[in-house]
Amino acid sequence: MMTPTAQDLAIDRILAAHRDEPGALLPILHDIQAELGHVPETVIPRVAHALNLSRAEVHGVISFYHDFRSAPVDRPVLKLCRSESCQARGSEALAATLAGETRVKVEPVYCLGLCSVGPNAMVGDAVHARLNPARLGALVEALA
Amino acid sequence: MITVWISDDALALACGADAVAAAFTAAGCTVERVSSWGMHWLEPLAEIDGQGFGPLCADDVAAVLAGTSALAIGPIAEHPFIARQQRFTFARAGRTRPLSLDDYAATGGWAGLARAREMGPAATIAEVTASGLRGRGGAGFPAGIKWTTVARAEAPRKYIVCNADEGDSGTFADRMVMEGDPFMLIEGMAIAGHAVGADTGYVYIRSEYPHAIAKMRAAALAAAPHIAPFRVEVRVGAGAYVCGEETSLLNSLEGKRGEVRAKPPLPALEGLFGMPTVVNNVLTLAAVPWIMAHGGAAYAEVGFGRSRGTMPIQIAGNVRHGGLFEVGFGVTLGELVMDIGGGTASGRPVRAVQVGGPLGAYHPPSDFHLAFDYETFAAADGLIGHAGLSVFDDTADMSALARFAMAFCAAESCGKCTPCRIGSTRGVEVIDRIRARSGRAVDRVEGLAQMHNARKVARTLDDEVNLLQDLCETMKFGSLCALGGFTPYPVLSALRHFPQDFGIDPALPEAAE
Repeated sequence: MMTPTAQDLAIDRILAAHRDEPGALLPILHDIQAELGHVPETVIPRVAHALNLSRAEVHGVISFYHDFRSAPVDRPVLKLCRSESCQARGSEALAATLAGETRVKVEPVYCLGLCSVGPNAMVGDAVHARLNPARLGALVEALA
Repeated sequence: MITVWISDDALALACGADAVAAAFTAAGCTVERVSSWGMHWLEPLAEIDGQGFGPLCADDVAAVLAGTSALAIGPIAEHPFIARQQRFTFARAGRTRPLSLDDYAATGGWAGLARAREMGPAATIAEVTASGLRGRGGAGFPAGIKWTTVARAEAPRKYIVCNADEGDSGTFADRMVMEGDPFMLIEGMAIAGHAVGADTGYVYIRSEYPHAIAKMRAAALAAAPHIAPFRVEVRVGAGAYVCGEETSLLNSLEGKRGEVRAKPPLPALEGLFGMPTVVNNVLTLAAVPWIMAHGGAAYAEVGFGRSRGTMPIQIAGNVRHGGLFEVGFGVTLGELVMDIGGGTASGRPVRAVQVGGPLGAYHPPSDFHLAFDYETFAAADGLIGHAGLSVFDDTADMSALARFAMAFCAAESCGKCTPCRIGSTRGVEVIDRIRARSGRAVDRVEGLAQMHNARKVARTLDDEVNLLQDLCETMKFGSLCALGGFTPYPVLSALRHFPQDFGIDPALPEAAE
């Protein structure tokens, strides 16, 4: 038997916390991503074993949901809303101003529920509304 | 000591409410964080003795306190945007602190649950049925009938599931309920649990709403003694739009891929973990405490045709006065966009209004006479959905928006059924060819002798348009759920009302029909 790594112990702690919850795979994966920054492939056997699932089932769930990352991100992430209401307020032209931005990872998000004051963006849990090129540029500078 | 009320709703925060609150505190005021009135163009909005000031930034605070601010809007409750509304679900908006149990109880909170417990389950369902309340998530299914089905089902366990996966662009009413009046939603779930015999409720909230998640978790904890033996647990989605579909949401709650289930069996009979389950939208459950406290008849008095009660309409996109407008069904689209919304924020003419989120139709101004009602919009080849309006000005490229609808469906399809999974990708390709006016030559496979049914001559623009309509027909009638089934609405409505954007001469209407 191999000695458990620090990561294994963290996973075991998360699994124990959700032991009595029915259908707990999503809460578990959220906790793993919060702890490790992503959901590495190496955790799949441990999670699958604890929930009496096959590894394929756990992999299938991780790959289905956009939120779960299987590789770490090395840069701050800025999520820019690209859905209809923000498009109506100029999000596409705004997104074009970030083309070639490498210090920050710019990802699309489809609706932050702030549809009357777009274009909007989210960094971590913080939301930013009424963005224009200057305000978005300042946001990127603050992150980079 | 001056007391200032400022919202801590995510929208107010995104517009800079924290900095404004800090400036008032620094100036010696007491700041109370309340829910949002829903006048979004005025956020951050500060309220002092009933008088409103907004939109503020920290530098405006000194002028507000000196009484010289040009941003004063007068008494907030008398503002035309508020005075024209009929607020049942949003009666507390702007007036209470979201997580204060005292504020909630002082404004009629828990009265609905108390009356439901007094009346018993059967009479509670009868009251909800009498109110005419229909599912506010989009389908408009009568809530009373759904509850009756679950109540009659024999099972060891039953569940209440609140669908808070509000993924439609142009909608934010669910978020505002959860962030502004979370106890009302919990009370509505507890009433539903009492009525159908369920002891556990789940709120499935999308991960893009961290503020709503935090408020609902805190509220579920604080409300636990009031709703016991019923209990509410908050679960968080993981960025899948399709999980707003009820059967996909149930799979996600069970820890599975958010794939759609075929119906029947109905979730009301075999839902979460195979047990009878009430799946209702946030706005449906949030309407229940009012109905129980004031009676189903009082709720049914308001409305239009078979759509009874009020609808919290969300006015968004390129609009001057965007926000939350709760009113009885029957208001016209033109009133909402022009009179209440004030036209576009850019000042340009309105070109189109998408009603009902990414799966709703694009309506031109010639549809402004339509009354807001489930049946009226269905008859006009549209839907009211979750009652979000996205306004576009005359710079909108409608064929690009039609392409976006197909591309969004392709990205978010759960993959379970073929029309949606493959049709959406083919739809993007056809629209691309229409936009490029490229036509399409016979390819190597189509040209093979054994491909008897394949076309042997190149496709023209007209052929491609017919192909797109045919594809939309297949998706509409062949998809398992509303994602594939309703994506044709934005596509076909854009094609029908704005053929010139697809390179089709509007003088030849048959090409677009």
